[in-house]
Amino acid sequence: MSSEIATGIPEREVPRPRPRPAAHRRLKVRTVQILGPITMLAGFVWAIAQPYRVVFMHADGKGLYDYLVQPPLLVVVVGLVYAIAIAPGLVEDLEAEEHGPAS
Amino acid sequence: MVPRAETAHWLAGSFVLLLGLVLVSEVIVGTPVFRRRPWRAYLWPSLALGSGVLLWVITIFSTFSTIHLLAHALWAEAAMIAGGFQLAVVRGKLRSPSWSLVTAAALLVSGAAFLVHEPNPWLYSRAAFLHHAIGWMLVVAALFPIGHALRPRWLVWRTGFALTFIVLALLLFADRDAAPIFGRFGGIAGG
Repeated sequence: MSSEIATGIPEREVPRPRPRPAAHRRLKVRTVQILGPITMLAGFVWAIAQPYRVVFMHADGKGLYDYLVQPPLLVVVVGLVYAIAIAPGLVEDLEAEEHGPAS
Repeated sequence: MVPRAETAHWLAGSFVLLLGLVLVSEVIVGTPVFRRRPWRAYLWPSLALGSGVLLWVITIFSTFSTIHLLAHALWAEAAMIAGGFQLAVVRGKLRSPSWSLVTAAALLVSGAAFLVHEPNPWLYSRAAFLHHAIGWMLVVAALFPIGHALRPRWLVWRTGFALTFIVLALLLFADRDAAPIFGRFGGIAGG
């Protein structure tokens, strides 16, 4: 049998490195932390794009609901509530998971 | 003073946006971490149940039209039933992923109610457009809990379900009592 037809030694497949859990967890933390500010930013941008929706500047003939219930303001409030009430606890729990199993 | 319909829709939009953010967070951090604190585990079912209760208040103000009254009552019931079943799931009383089908049914019923109670075509006004858009979106979104019941480990179902609420909030925020859609119709229905 000719050695010319012999094929090369098959290379072992090198497994692709899996994402490191710590880096993955840090990414999760950042994403959770940024959700509230992004929502607030969206509200601010909306208020700038459609200033007539925020009636503080031109209040003629406007009622209480017009002051308090306008989508850009509501979006900012929702972002704020999320950033203050929900995100910190999630971040804390993600970091606690990094340091050890649930107590 | 009774708020205008658009005011109620915007308030509902902010409620739905918060719910969407909470559900997105659960997808990001994973259910085990999300449920480390019991109040967070019960948040989504409680909000669904609470929105059902609030929808009954809206129903009371919807006596101007029988179809609106029925639609709002139907949404209130659907939200309360879905919220109630999810409470039982979080509590551990119901364990099968198939209970997601109750949520799917609630979304289907809600979507159908949106479509049935809008008498005008898509481009008649912004409100008509949004009713059609929200109705079809909810009908399509019912696929996510169905998918979750069949393949509970697939992340795509929970992600799609969470993003549905973000899109729903945007559509609710876009609502106006009288406004055109894509610049059509001049003064027929406001604008």
